[in-house]
Amino acid sequence: MDVLDILLQASFWAATLRIATPLIFGTLGELICERAGVLNLGIEGIMTIGAMSGWLFVYLGVDLWTGILLAAMIGAAFGLLHGILTVPLGLSQHVTGIGITLLASSLAYFTYRVLLPDVATPPRIEPFQPWAPDWLLAVPFLGPVAGQQTALTWLALVLVPLLTWVLYRTPLGLALRTCGENPVAAEAQGLDVYAIRIGAIMAGSALMAVGGAFLTLSAFNAFFFEMVSGRGWICIALVVFASWIPWKALLGALLFGAFDAFQVRLQQMMGGAVPYQLFLMLPYVMSILALVVMARRAAYPQALMRAYVKGQR
Amino acid sequence: MSRDLLARRRMGGALLGSTALCLAMLTATSAAAEPLEVAAIYTVPVEQQWVSRIHKALNAAVERGEITYSFSENVANTDYERVMREYAEQGVDVVFGEVFGVERAAREVAADYPDVAWVMGSSFGPEEPNFSTFDNYIQECSYLTGLAAGASTESNLIGMVGGYPIPEVNRLMHAFMAGALEVNPEIDFLVTFIGSWYDPPKAKEAAFAMIDAGADILYAERYGVADAAKERGVLAVGNVIDTQEEYPGTIVASALWHMEPTVDQALGKVAAGEYAAENYGPLSHLAVGGCSIAPMDDALVAADVQAMVAEKEAAIRDGSLAVAVDDSEPTSTR
Repeated sequence: MDVLDILLQASFWAATLRIATPLIFGTLGELICERAGVLNLGIEGIMTIGAMSGWLFVYLGVDLWTGILLAAMIGAAFGLLHGILTVPLGLSQHVTGIGITLLASSLAYFTYRVLLPDVATPPRIEPFQPWAPDWLLAVPFLGPVAGQQTALTWLALVLVPLLTWVLYRTPLGLALRTCGENPVAAEAQGLDVYAIRIGAIMAGSALMAVGGAFLTLSAFNAFFFEMVSGRGWICIALVVFASWIPWKALLGALLFGAFDAFQVRLQQMMGGAVPYQLFLMLPYVMSILALVVMARRAAYPQALMRAYVKGQR
Repeated sequence: MSRDLLARRRMGGALLGSTALCLAMLTATSAAAEPLEVAAIYTVPVEQQWVSRIHKALNAAVERGEITYSFSENVANTDYERVMREYAEQGVDVVFGEVFGVERAAREVAADYPDVAWVMGSSFGPEEPNFSTFDNYIQECSYLTGLAAGASTESNLIGMVGGYPIPEVNRLMHAFMAGALEVNPEIDFLVTFIGSWYDPPKAKEAAFAMIDAGADILYAERYGVADAAKERGVLAVGNVIDTQEEYPGTIVASALWHMEPTVDQALGKVAAGEYAAENYGPLSHLAVGGCSIAPMDDALVAADVQAMVAEKEAAIRDGSLAVAVDDSEPTSTR
């Protein structure tokens, strides 16, 4: 098998989409927060508690979509906490975010262990099954790629144009972007900066939690400690890569997914010649390179990481 | 205790009588077999395959009333020393754990607490006076599962997904490969390491890639691999734990690890006051009950193959067959 043959395999692209899905949710979630002017480093923890709670609710008997919804609500609750601390109280967004990550992931582990103190193997649930519309399945090449995806992947892909439309074509999007660029101007327009920022963090955190829940409800069927394993941090970098633009976020997530799917296949093909660590590094190294190229001209939200205090300039 | 007694003797004869009385009481209680205080420190949750076997053996000892058992799971390697010291300061008698990521530091901590018996999973040897080592050296059983897998593959391609290529993982993989090649020298292997002990979605992706490349049997060193096999309708070989029930119609054979011989011997020696640094690795061997082959699925493994595996197992038990130990990093063979 040739290296380039890998790129022609439908299964490679199917894997790319699967790997990219949680990153798409996470990156869009982070993007919403940052567009409103608040960095959310709680993402890793929020994805973890999303993964745990989504799985837990389904394990306790609710259906998959309710599980996703409940995970999103729990994510939003942590978003609310982050919002209260960073917006009206104006605390350091870095420190608060890392605190949220520690709190949320520890709470996820704690809850899991308290509820299941003595399990031999992690309990399984029946996850999302692959689904695609019939017309898409009939398309050559795309059909086999689409045929392996679950509804959550389609949801992630639909969210990209939806978020683009909301951000650039609705008053809400304008208000949100204004809060991230110039909160004083937003206030002058009679907008409630605090409410918009907190709302954006809650919405973004809900998406992050859904990204985490994808891991336990679609990519796998059980919750494991540390299974998010750094995916949240990758999303932070992908937002910069995307220059805070949704479709570029999609591109970045797909690129990362593609490099990851590629390295697995490359490792199997030529594992003897090169240490396997180099292959594992590949997606990260390529992302850093892409970041360097793409983010040079990035125009970040001007009020990002700046707390807004009413009446102060 | 004798040192204690000597120290107090110097304090004067007046105290001597009462000290002797105390000592007599102490020895009396320990003669009544006070349960040993055992702690365990794991870097992963107790559900993880490898750790679950230690957890199970220690829980069995608790049920027999031999020990009291407390454990810390999911301890980061950077935190490992601290947790070791905490348990040692609490005065536990025995500590089980795994020091693959903190080999040197753990040995230093152990030297600071010579009264504690440290029985640790490790890639290296024991260290005097009190640091014993063990690992799941179940290569004999991995070899046997390799025989079954070699007889079952039709595409002559077997995929293996591992966490990290540490000696113990490599050893089992090589033994498995040797078994498969013995039955069918035409077999090729695909090998992937995912750089994590615990990322099932990633292990699953690696397994999918192997199935796409034509592998029809997967060596499931990690969680997630057997899931991919089940989903795509190919076969898998279990490692350390028995997962046959969870993946019906998927698991050809499983090499099970039994930590009981190691735990029982270590606890016995501590209780008898005979504990010393020792390599407990051989207690994971087949002949002493440290490993076994899970009953094979009759629908997946033909009777003559099962008979052949049983024959080899008997040969290993009586010592006429030795499984080679190879700790080098395995790589794909095509």
